[in-house]
Amino acid sequence: MTPPRDFTAEVGSDMRVSQRRVLFVTRRTSSQVRAYEEERVQTFPEVLIRALLAVECLFLGLVLMSLFFNAPLEGIANPTNTPNPAKAPWYFLGLQEMLHYFPPVVAGVIIPGLLVVSLIVIPYFDINIEAQGLFLKNRTQRLRWSMILSVALIVFLAVFDVYVALVPTAIVALFLLLAAFSSPQSPSRFRSYLAQRPVSWWIMTWFLFQLIVLTAVGTFFRGPGWSWVLPWRS
Amino acid sequence: MPNRLETYFARLERTRVWKSIFRSGTGSSTLHNALAIQQNLFLHLFSTKVRKRMVSLSATWYLGTLTLGTFFILVGTGVVLMLYYHPSVPQAYSDVKDLRFVVSSGLFLRNLHRWSAHAMVFLAFAHMFRVFYRGAYRAPREFNWVVGVILLLVTLLLSYTGYLLPWDQLAFWAITVGTNISSAVPLVGDKIRFLLLGGHQVNANALLRFYVLHTVILPLSAVLFLAVHFWRIRKDGGLYVRQSEPGNAENPAQPASEEKKQS
Repeated sequence: MTPPRDFTAEVGSDMRVSQRRVLFVTRRTSSQVRAYEEERVQTFPEVLIRALLAVECLFLGLVLMSLFFNAPLEGIANPTNTPNPAKAPWYFLGLQEMLHYFPPVVAGVIIPGLLVVSLIVIPYFDINIEAQGLFLKNRTQRLRWSMILSVALIVFLAVFDVYVALVPTAIVALFLLLAAFSSPQSPSRFRSYLAQRPVSWWIMTWFLFQLIVLTAVGTFFRGPGWSWVLPWRS
Repeated sequence: MPNRLETYFARLERTRVWKSIFRSGTGSSTLHNALAIQQNLFLHLFSTKVRKRMVSLSATWYLGTLTLGTFFILVGTGVVLMLYYHPSVPQAYSDVKDLRFVVSSGLFLRNLHRWSAHAMVFLAFAHMFRVFYRGAYRAPREFNWVVGVILLLVTLLLSYTGYLLPWDQLAFWAITVGTNISSAVPLVGDKIRFLLLGGHQVNANALLRFYVLHTVILPLSAVLFLAVHFWRIRKDGGLYVRQSEPGNAENPAQPASEEKKQS
């Protein structure tokens, strides 16, 4: 560790000093300062110019898109003529897909409510803060519980015929199984990666996978009466 | 030509008016660059320095910045679109038709607004997942994650309320499907729906309410929470950087093994 230096700062100086946080550990014989230099750049102009460039590129892409693709505009709103299917905006189609299987209280209130609540509480869960691999400790017990939960979820989804959500769940469960029988020292980089994934990673990845599949199905594969259609055969 | 421009700019910076506006003074020393951020009402939300490795594209993919970028585009195009739009039935629909066929660049403006709105929803989601997978939500950044979740909801509501405004079949039925769900809330469902729509079905009152939400209430709340979101990045110690990630060659970040030795 580098010994602490005296700071000097003067008006108009070009010195590059980083602020440091000093931590005093009480009831110990010594105090420790974790000091390490980290190279920094000035927000003005370096970072702001980069941000501006990034936004500029995005703007260019959106302008090009707007020149070549027109926003949809259908006939005037007519309460007596219901289109079939009547679809919500794409980011709600996952929920609309759920609405097809479950009563509105479940699909429209409980599921989105639970989603928002679980997103909010994510950082307040202090379990497994070091983000250790799910199966690196208590392997048998954890494997048993994760499989019980996965199978219960799959059975639940099968009872309600929600095969669209069942398939991603089953795929994630298979990878869970693979992770349980892999070690971080595995020669396969993929299996080593899986073995080191913590439980939060598994839940979020399952959610992301569901979100993508359900949204894609609602957008492209649903036709009149919410029946299954193939987008390339319309 | 650039030299001449620079001279003009340097001369401008020395004027009394310029100095009265920008108190950070002239020059390009580290101090002046820091003051340019710190002495500016809007920029002082950000820290004056950023860790160099967090500036690289691979660290953040600039997803948060890009989401903010779409928001600026949306405010810009949205304000201009408001000049041509009446939130009434059936005038709203003919206004949107006029944007398409009569107003010069109206079609382009509406296209840009629409595609940017979709991009903003997508980027906000992408930003959230990226932050999660980096583990950047952990203490001391918990609250900023919560602010981010609120901003995601505001983004979704902004996009959703805007969906009704063209008053075409697509808009009408998407909102009908959506607001019917709100009546499924136990006990107060129908009351919530009535409050949202200003009636028992999607009609002119609903259009006006969605217009006010879309152009006043939600953008203002977005700005408010965005300010907190950016300010908290600075207050929470800058962009999150993993201990395990390699630092720069000269000053490597503390290796994980050394950390363990200390505790």
